[in-house]
Amino acid sequence: MSIVVFVEDWNGAYKKASYEAVGYAKNWASMIGAKVIAVTSSNAPAAELASYGADHCIQISLGQTAMGIAGQLKALSSDASGIVIAGTSLGRSVAPALAAIKESALSTNTIGLPLGTSPLQVKRGAFSSKGIETIELSGASPIISFVPNSIGIENVSGEGLTESQEIASTDLLQVVGTEVASGKVALPEAEAVVSAGRGLKGPENWGMIEELAEVLGAATACSKPVSDIGWRPHSEHVGQTGIQVNPNLYIAIGISGAIQHLAGVSASKTIVVVNTDPEAPFFKAADYGIVGDAFEVVPKLVNALRAFKAAS
Amino acid sequence: MHSNLEANHNPIMNILVCISHVPDTTAKINFTADGTSLDPAGVQFVINPYDEFGLTKALHLKEAQGGSITVINVGPATTEPTLRKALAIGADKAIRIDATPMDAITVAKELKNHIEANSYDVIICGQESIDYNGQQVPAMLAAMLHLPFANACVGLSIQNSTARATSEIDGGHETYEAALPMVIGGKKGLVEEKDLRIPNMRGIMSARTKPLEVVTSIENGGLTSPVAFEKPAGKAEVKMVDADNVDELVRLLHEEAKAI
Repeated sequence: MSIVVFVEDWNGAYKKASYEAVGYAKNWASMIGAKVIAVTSSNAPAAELASYGADHCIQISLGQTAMGIAGQLKALSSDASGIVIAGTSLGRSVAPALAAIKESALSTNTIGLPLGTSPLQVKRGAFSSKGIETIELSGASPIISFVPNSIGIENVSGEGLTESQEIASTDLLQVVGTEVASGKVALPEAEAVVSAGRGLKGPENWGMIEELAEVLGAATACSKPVSDIGWRPHSEHVGQTGIQVNPNLYIAIGISGAIQHLAGVSASKTIVVVNTDPEAPFFKAADYGIVGDAFEVVPKLVNALRAFKAAS
Repeated sequence: MHSNLEANHNPIMNILVCISHVPDTTAKINFTADGTSLDPAGVQFVINPYDEFGLTKALHLKEAQGGSITVINVGPATTEPTLRKALAIGADKAIRIDATPMDAITVAKELKNHIEANSYDVIICGQESIDYNGQQVPAMLAAMLHLPFANACVGLSIQNSTARATSEIDGGHETYEAALPMVIGGKKGLVEEKDLRIPNMRGIMSARTKPLEVVTSIENGGLTSPVAFEKPAGKAEVKMVDADNVDELVRLLHEEAKAI
């Protein structure tokens, strides 16, 4: 028996969410006495995956697109008792494509390990974080796709075994260009996010937000109005219809907290809100709040965090 | 239609826009007493916001090169007002596949069945619906139909039956080229928020006479079923920190929240 886990890489290195996926597979596999088979395009050392729980690693050319990868995973998972795919931007296309061609049950947006395996039940986010659904997956080779950072990463001891296998790729579309901002923390994967809204008064004032993000090793983000008026790129817009995030720490500066914004961030583990308006609805969703002017609070916070980092 | 073809060097387009009927973003969500489904009492239902971007993109494509827009929903009769609204915004024809689908694969199979029996150049879905947040139907549909697919699509242009689509990927963008037909999982960026259209009186009047066809479902079974819904645990009361004492915030983040 085996649980197959798709291990995604970026520029040859394993993605952080992939370690989480291997750990998820390990937990599931141990509930049913199965082995974990990691499948990846990366040539990075398979032993790295073993330290998160992989028993076997198949390194093959998976192709560039979700449909191609799904086809390969189908071929490699015919006997699998289950399949785990991290809900990264790629995983969110691969998992349903695989479910369709395998006729497998699928839970996406999953936020916890299996509650039980007979029948298989998991919890998943629904209604834009206003509800949690427990669903039951039936049939052969069910697929679980989880929200990155919702499970956590744990190290285990183990030894990897590498096999190599090549299967023809079936890409239907041609990638003609990829652009990824370099040297910045990718928003969907960030452990900390510093987000700002119209309270910043203009795009020229984002320097202090970037500074705060840098001290925290955080990604920068913004509210919908700010991306709509072009102060910041769309790719930074978090909220419903933007990017949904669930970092360990979300700091919102000058964002009132419209329900559409909360839908994209309320799964964050710790939320800090800084706003001049004590009645801002965001304070109700926050763990910590400061009523104050961003232009005074943020520079002070940058200094305090620098002092904290220097001391620790 | 021939003149149109010559004018643009582009064939006219037959566009399918998949529409989900979902609770309004601001709706208060409650579940039935047995906890197994949404309690629709008092909930205002709307066109899924992600689908609105797709519908508007379809209108732009039609206006640029001619064509026809069909909107489709897999659901019970209660979804018809949402389809009528899509007609009022500018779709030409609506189809409701009469079913109460159990899960995404059920919906995808119904749509696949319809698409195979008809001929569409572009199939535009929202990347997800804001009710079950599955992000499943568009990719399933593309895989079942063996068509190229762009998820989280924030840009789409079509020239001579070739689509160029830009998708958001983690930390950046990727651009694809593919031969039509193609499946799109769209979001804001496909068109801008300001481009979204509100039905005007003329649209609402004409929507009444546009065709809304009800089609029998193929009655396929689902693979997942809801066991229970619950509301997330409420947040503890926010702790307020004085603006002059950010050191206290740093201490709380470190010692209490363990977030830094």
